[in-house]
Order: sequence, then structure tokens, then C-alpha cells
Amino acid sequence: MRPVSVLALAGAAAVSMSLLTACGGDGDEAGAAGAIAVTATDDACEVAKTDLPAGKTTFKVANKGSKVNEFEVLKADGKILAERENIGPGTSVDFVVNLPAGQYKLLCSAGQTGKGPSQDVTVTGGSAVGADPRLTKAAADYKAFVIAQTDDTIAKTEKFVAAVKDGDVEKAKELYAPSRVGWETIEPVAEKFSDLDPKVDAREADLKPEEKKDWSGWHLLEKALWKDGSVKGKEKYGDQLLADLGTLKSRLPGLTLDPVNDMAGGAKELLDEVATGKVTGEEEAFSHTDLVDFKANVDGAKKIYDLLKPVVQERDAQLAKDLDDNFAGVETLLKKHEKGDGYVSYDKVGEDERKELADAVNALGEPLSRLAAAVAK
Amino acid sequence: MTGEGTQERPGVSRRRMLGFSGASLLVGAAAGAGLDRVASAEEDDGAGDAIAFHGPHQAGIATPVQDRLHFAAFDVTTGDRDRLVRMLKEWTAAAAAMTAGRPVGDGAVGGPSVAPPDDTGEALGLPPSRLTLTIGFGPSLFEKDGKDRFGLRSRRPAALVDLPHFPGDNLDPARSGGDIAVQACADDPQVAVHAIRNLARIGFGVVAVRWSQLGFGKTSSTTPDAQTPRNLFGFKDGTENIAGTEGDLLDRHVWAAGGDGAGWMAGGSYLVARRIRMHIETWDRTSLREQEDIFGRNKGEGAPVGLKKERDRPVLSRMKPDAHVRLAHPDSNQGTRILRRGYSFTDGSDGLGRLDAGLFFIAFQRDPRTGFIRVQNSLATDALNEYIQHVGSGVYACPPGVRKGGYWGDTLFA
Repeated sequence: MRPVSVLALAGAAAVSMSLLTACGGDGDEAGAAGAIAVTATDDACEVAKTDLPAGKTTFKVANKGSKVNEFEVLKADGKILAERENIGPGTSVDFVVNLPAGQYKLLCSAGQTGKGPSQDVTVTGGSAVGADPRLTKAAADYKAFVIAQTDDTIAKTEKFVAAVKDGDVEKAKELYAPSRVGWETIEPVAEKFSDLDPKVDAREADLKPEEKKDWSGWHLLEKALWKDGSVKGKEKYGDQLLADLGTLKSRLPGLTLDPVNDMAGGAKELLDEVATGKVTGEEEAFSHTDLVDFKANVDGAKKIYDLLKPVVQERDAQLAKDLDDNFAGVETLLKKHEKGDGYVSYDKVGEDERKELADAVNALGEPLSRLAAAVAK
Repeated sequence: MTGEGTQERPGVSRRRMLGFSGASLLVGAAAGAGLDRVASAEEDDGAGDAIAFHGPHQAGIATPVQDRLHFAAFDVTTGDRDRLVRMLKEWTAAAAAMTAGRPVGDGAVGGPSVAPPDDTGEALGLPPSRLTLTIGFGPSLFEKDGKDRFGLRSRRPAALVDLPHFPGDNLDPARSGGDIAVQACADDPQVAVHAIRNLARIGFGVVAVRWSQLGFGKTSSTTPDAQTPRNLFGFKDGTENIAGTEGDLLDRHVWAAGGDGAGWMAGGSYLVARRIRMHIETWDRTSLREQEDIFGRNKGEGAPVGLKKERDRPVLSRMKPDAHVRLAHPDSNQGTRILRRGYSFTDGSDGLGRLDAGLFFIAFQRDPRTGFIRVQNSLATDALNEYIQHVGSGVYACPPGVRKGGYWGDTLFA
């Protein structure tokens, strides 16, 4: 786990699929049919219509003031749903927002201070976006996958912990990496629980000095196994790991996973995990089983892509082809490093081969970062 | 470290250059040429100085030398020729936008909030800064390990030779070669780095950065001026560079011609890059007399041995037989001229506490066999060799300029 991504995800998770926005072209384009005219001046914000139907809505924002303006759509709680900045004086922009039913404030901010006159609007009716039954099904299937992976990781961790409690170092070493596969496959979802993630997957190097006494989880046992060569006295951490994974499992049924942030965004997060932690060998500093995690992260991303693929192919065929090619590229490369049921120790992977892996991860990560936009279209 | 060059003072604006009535007629001509290019550039919106991207020759060769460099060499990681061509088209569109001071694609802001922006954004608000992007194709693009990778083997120009091993070379493979090189030059380092970063990003999955080099403090120029920039040894080196205005010299020594053997290279040029490490600390312990003997110039004025002014015509016989200027001079190399665009570099310090610094040498020529290779062989006995070492190397065929509607390398891939 990386603390930064935990924070990033916590923020992303707060925005649900139905709140997604997309921008239209610039002011020199013809206004979209049915656009709602918004006239912004330095001290006013006039909206042509205040009762709007739910769904994709185009605002044609004309800045007739003297300062650069900013147009914001605020939710009832005052949070920004969508905003368009840098609307120059004398220009107008088409701004497309998907609006679910509810109360909103449309705000114009001359000088882009985030403050300014606003207008209340009421949106009624069903929401267009999110209604694609294929995406609804993909989200449901993904949730089932997450639960299955959690069950898998718990079953394997039970065996791993049994070996730890037996004091069987060799056996525990064998079972360590496989026990993590399920977790790594669904890592962005698991990381949503910011109380559990550090307890389960924190690396020693990421801890503040005062946090070290509370360190627990897989990597603590990893260090004991590979560095100390003994897990004597560490039995309780095995029990705690299982308890924490059990808590994770109990929380999953209540989770709502959306196709844009949790799935597409999660797929990108998984590749980011590979690019920053695995390809550098930082994740498994003692066991060097990074390639096992690497494969699990990629498989997790691939699962998400497979579930979303019918929609992606329809909306951005080129992106689908690039993703097919680059997933295949990473998988082919990983095969070179297979050994038995697992992978070679990452400390035996040379600089040239690491570069090759990094290139393949970059090749996949870049188009994967555009998956969310394709799904959100 | 080879040849000599005429120089441009960093930061001299076109307006000021036009005002240098006494300096040289060529100055006015150079400025005029620059203005013409800008005026004819469709993409120029008048924001800051932009160098036209389209034209018969690639910008960044004979156009005025900027202050900063980001040079990157890429490996092509796909075997799919169509995919490579698609990327070259995407690169071309991005290069045309960035050199005009515009962001890549839909820009850095204003796009869908769930997608990463098309442009990375660190050049937002900055002027074009005379950014030029110049592409070249390495020998390995045409053939690698005996494989004809993209059906290009038969199109490899005879002039695109693998450089031979030169005496004293200590080349690091991790800083050498590459299938495709891009030279980004700009007056603002942020603009040059932004350009390479965006191209690398667009290229993920098709190309991967093999190595790259940042450069500062141009060490030569293609626009004549009164002052020659100094290299990190403190010397003015290069007074007889080919100027961007010397059309006949460019045609003879820099631009490849259709009749040279590779028709697709007509109007192109060959780029040789060398990362030359300078042993700064030992040089700084060398006596002034020895330093001046080594170069064959005095340190203050840059005047050749026994003469007063930098631009006084050197008398080679007055220099020591192993003096750098003597060995590099066209008169010692069958009249060979190359167009130099090198930069100083400093990559911090090495593990021994020594400045990891030197010259990132770049030369353009019509044929490396009669250009860089000939001169570098002459320099085998250069007294300067005690203080320098060539540690990186690359040679690339730079295709002609892009016509409107065309793309980088279209004459090769057509």
C-alpha cells in the first residue's frame, strides 16, 4: 500500500459515477441544441431556465463582464459538482454536465475567486448516465469478483498463518506470496478502507517512527521470515491479519462500486501500484516476490477491463485495441519470468529486464488512464 | 569539441540583431529569414517567438540556436509498422502545436474531469520560446540484430553508418544509440522538457525512452554574432560554424541531396551526438599556458595563437601539432565543415565527488563519413583528449522538413 494512493482514492471515491461531467467545445463553436443560456457578468449570473430535466445538460455560458469568469455547478451541500474555468471576457463556452435529479446552485465567479452570485435550479426526472445496463451489470459482476478474491486471499492466508503458528519458516515462505494474490488483485477496493489497509499491508519503509510500534500485517511477517528467519513471537500478527481480512470481507456487501471511479479508476491505480512499487522492487523488500504482486495487480486491472470492454469497444475502439495489445505485451513479458507456480525472485531480475518491464507497464498504464473517460462518455 | 563556429549572444532579440548594422550583413539576413519563417507559419499566433514547424528542412538544424536542450533517444518497442507510423503522426501534430506555443491535444485543462489532460501543463502560459523539435532515425530502426524490423532495411542510407570505435572512446551503451532521437531546443528549459515529456507520453507502448540529456549554455551558434559562447573549460571553441544563412555551405555540407543515394533523405541531414565528459578538476589545475596551447587559442579573447582577435584567420602552423583548433580546422580535414549545435551539460556529481559535466556535442552534416568521422579521426592525437572522454554516442538520419499535411518520416515510410 502507498499512503498517497490511499488519500487519492478516498477523494475519488467521494465522487460517484452519476456525478460525472464532461466539457463541450469552446466558445467559437455553435451552441448545442437545447443549451441553457447563462449570462455571467462581473456581478450577476443569469440563468435562462431554472427547472431542468435530469440527464446531460449543456450550459452555454457567455461572459459579458470585464473579468475572467468561472462557472460552477454546486450540489445542495455546497460541494462542486462541476466547474469550468477561464471563461474570458467577451467569450462563451458550451459546458456539458450530467445532472441527476436534485437541487443545485449555478454560480458565476468573476475573477475566479470561487465566490459570486448564484442561481438555484431544480432538476427532476431520472438520470441518463449510469442507466447503461451493461455498466450496471459490469459493476455488479465486479463486486462479485472482489468478494471472491477476498475469499481466496482469506483461505490462502489461513494456510499461511497456520504455517507461521507452527513455526515452519520454509512452509510459511512458500505460502506468503500466494496468500497476497487476492488482496493485490483488488487492492484499490481494499485500500478504500483506510483503517484496514495500513494494518494489513503497510511496509516498514512507509511508517513514521512513532507508527512502528503498531506495525502489523503481511510485511511484518515477511520481514520476520526472510530477514530474521524466525516467526517466533509473531503468531499474534497472523491472527490479527486474518481478523482484519475478515473485517474487510464483512464490509464488502455494503459497498457500492461504480464503473468510472472504482472500476476504471481502480484499474489505473493497479498499474500505478506496479509502476511505483513493484517494478522498483520496493514492495517486497525482503521476500523479493514482487512479480507475484505484479501479476496480481495486472490481473486485477485486466478483469476490470474485460468487464468494461463491450462498452469501451463501442465508444473508443482504438483505445480497446491499444489496451488489448498492451495487456498482451505485459502478460508475454511476465511469462519470461515464470518459475514453477510463481515467479523468479525479483532481485535476480537484471536492470535491462526491469527496464523492459517498466516500459511495458508504461505502455499499458497510459491508455489505461483513459479508460475512465471512455466509460464516462 | 571539433570545428569552429560563428556565434550568437544568448538573449539577443531579432529587433536588436537587426540593429547591429555594423556587425555583419549576414546578421540582417539571418533575422530576415527568421521573420519570414514566422510570418509564413500558420500555427503562429504571435505569442512570443515561434519558429515555423513546417518547411523544406526540419527546424532545429540551420535555425538559430536556442539556449537550452533536452535530447532524448527512444527504442521502438513495437514490431507493428502501422502503429509506429500512427505514433509519428501523433508526434507530428503535438510537435506542430508545441512549437507554436500551443498545448498538446485538447490542452492541460478544460477536458473531462475523469481523464488525465492531453497536455501535461507545465508550459501553460509560457511563450513558444523558439522551441524546435528535430527528429532523427538511428541505424537500428532499419536493421537490428540482423532483423529487418519494419521493412526499412533497403531504405537505410549508405551515409547512416554505425560510427566506428574512436581512440579513447569509453561509450556507455545506456547513453548511446536508440532507434529514434528527438532534439528539443528552446530558450526556456521548461519548454524543452515539456516537449520531450509529452512526446514520451504519447509514445508509450510504441517507443520507450532509452536515454536522454539536458543541456544548457549553447556552445555554438548558427547565427553570426560578435561573441562566442564559452565551453566549460572556459574557452571559445568553434568560430567557423556554418551559419543558417549560408545557403551554399548548407547545401554542400549539411543538407542531404536526392542524388546522395537515399531519395527520401533529400533536404534532410545526419545528426551525430556525443556525450563528452570533461575532466573539470584536472583541467582547472592545468596552467594557463598549457590550456591555451591545448586549444591553440588564448583564453581571454579567443584569438588564435599569435593573433589578436577571435575571428582572425588562424595560422595553423603556429599552433602546436596536437592543438585542438589545428586538428579540427577544415584545412586539416580536406575542407570538411560540420554544423555544430552542442550544449554544455552538468548532471550533478559522480560518486567520486567530481563534477559530472562536459559537452553534449551535436553536429549536423550531409554525410557522417566525410563529416564527423573524418574530423574525429583527426582528433586522435588532440592534446585535449587528456581532459575529455567520449562516453555516449548516437548517429541519426534526420528526414527533411514536414510539409503541411505530412508527418515526421513520411518520405521514409511512404
